[in-house]
Amino acid sequence: MSETLIFYALSGLAIGASALVIGQRNPMYSVLMLIASFGALAGLYIQLDAPFVAVAQIIIYAGAIMVLFLFVVMLLNAPKEDGADWDQSHPLRLPAVTRLGSMLAVLLVVQLTWALTEASNIGGAVSGGHDGGTVSSVRQLGRTLFTDYVFAFEATSILILVAMVGAVMLARREGERS
Amino acid sequence: MLDSNLHAIVPLLCVILSALAVMAAEAFRSPGEDMPLGGLGLVGLIGAGASAVALWGRNASSFNVIVADNFSLFITLLLVVVGVLTIMFSGPVVARDGLPKGEYYALLLFSIAGMIMMAMANDLLVVFIALEILSLAVYVLTGIRRDDARATEAAFKYFLLGAFSSAFFLYGIAFTFGLSGSTRLDRVGAFLAAQSMSDNPLILVAIGLLLVGFAFKISAVPFHMWTPDAYEGAPAVVTGFMSTGVKAAAFAAFTRVFLSTFEPFTGDWAPMVWALAVVTMILGTVVGVAQSNLKRMLAYSSIAHGGYLLVGLVSANDIGKAAILFYLLAYAVTNVAAFGVIALLGTKDRPNDELRDFAGLWHTRPALAALMTVCLLSLGGLPPTAGFIGKWYVFSAAVSAGYYDLAIIGVLTSVISVFFYLRVVVMMYMVERDAALTPPVKIAGLGMAALVASIVAIFYLGILPSRVLTFASQSISTIF
Repeated sequence: MSETLIFYALSGLAIGASALVIGQRNPMYSVLMLIASFGALAGLYIQLDAPFVAVAQIIIYAGAIMVLFLFVVMLLNAPKEDGADWDQSHPLRLPAVTRLGSMLAVLLVVQLTWALTEASNIGGAVSGGHDGGTVSSVRQLGRTLFTDYVFAFEATSILILVAMVGAVMLARREGERS
Repeated sequence: MLDSNLHAIVPLLCVILSALAVMAAEAFRSPGEDMPLGGLGLVGLIGAGASAVALWGRNASSFNVIVADNFSLFITLLLVVVGVLTIMFSGPVVARDGLPKGEYYALLLFSIAGMIMMAMANDLLVVFIALEILSLAVYVLTGIRRDDARATEAAFKYFLLGAFSSAFFLYGIAFTFGLSGSTRLDRVGAFLAAQSMSDNPLILVAIGLLLVGFAFKISAVPFHMWTPDAYEGAPAVVTGFMSTGVKAAAFAAFTRVFLSTFEPFTGDWAPMVWALAVVTMILGTVVGVAQSNLKRMLAYSSIAHGGYLLVGLVSANDIGKAAILFYLLAYAVTNVAAFGVIALLGTKDRPNDELRDFAGLWHTRPALAALMTVCLLSLGGLPPTAGFIGKWYVFSAAVSAGYYDLAIIGVLTSVISVFFYLRVVVMMYMVERDAALTPPVKIAGLGMAALVASIVAIFYLGILPSRVLTFASQSISTIF
């Protein structure tokens, strides 16, 4: 019972915070609301018995990526969307665009409702037996990572090296070459 | 001596180690010192080639996810050839344009390593990582001339669309994993063999998403939008490299995933690939006719060649599979050489890649004009060149699989494409050069040697193809 209550509390928080992300005029508040939404999602992951995903969600999304977002918002120096101008002249406010948008939104709701009711039928077709059993603890995850996926893990290091070399090369200012 | 579990990754390791050696050499060189970094790359590539030859026929595999069967070794050898030719063309170009030498060769070698990994991968996750390694390196190589606005724009477009297509591909992998519980191609294949589409419509979603991802990388229409801009904006030598290497690696993985893992569902994906092949052949050829920039024209030509390769894939018979391998080799040698000529004719101030820059080339540089003519004839598919044999086998595969429509469209578009290849030839031999243009530059030893080697290969594949064809058909027998 309490589990159901926590689930609804966390989902409500996640949905409410997501709605506030697009409802805020100040982009800084939007970013903070997004962090709240991610936090609530992390709670849901814990309920789903996936603590590692939850921790990764906090560290990577709520931590690293949101800090990046905040930096960009601050660098762009955009404290507030200019209300009057934006409301009147923005192309997204044209009646045709608004109608199309609301139509797509309705379509999405219908689709999702359909998908969720059909999900029980499709669910039987998706097999449960994954490589390495259910991944729930960090210990199991580490074991899988360094046995079944060891090559992919090592190959990723090459990928990151390439990305680093490329980024440094493109970001370096002219005339810094020896 | 060496754990036999590690045999299959030796070609890969050779290339990665040489890339790391290039990075280390660049980091520790004293200012102004000139190091033979391209030579380091050649050593690695020759090591990869030699180990691939040693592994031939032994069906080695490492970590269950990397397989060195004859199929992947054939592609590895092809990529080694592309890499060696590219490095030979790069030497003069890097010096002339003042490109950052260490980064250039390191990224080139890393992307070759990614391509080899992609050809050898027996696991969708590894295919994806390999795809990202080669793509990231090629994005940066596209924009390596940072003072050139066109190159930067090309790199940016290529990066955005490429990242977008990677997302599609990854989503397809996620669906496949969700359905079968594994990313290993053999396990997915075993799972799929026991399924039927009516029970499990999600298989179609997975196939569709993977198809979009591959179609982007082989620039099949309608996923080709990035190709002309990226090929035109990149330095010509990089264009030659990416138009052949990326295509070969992507086709290797495409063939492995669709003709072996998703083989039980051939009836479901073949119509989609059929449609892709038709529009790719037609659009690549028709739009190619209207181009006045040689690099852009060859970009559309490379799109059309992707279409011919798709014909081999749709045919899905033994001739078709061997034809894909042979065609990839013929196309790779020819296209690298054609872009090599363009790269070597460029100057620091001007790329000299417009059609009129080639006017009267026969009168000033007869040897170069003759070499370029051979490349263009081979791209057009005229005998006795490699391109002719490649097309011959692709179309006969289509006919023997009952796809007469594809064979007819293929032959018709080839005839049209000869028009724009011959237009360049006519320019070189019969049109006077515009006096306002600077005369074409002289070409030094290494680039010329690479050109001559490619031409010899084009004629060898065109006149005595049976030996290589035997290797190609041996290669496909190991996995399918």
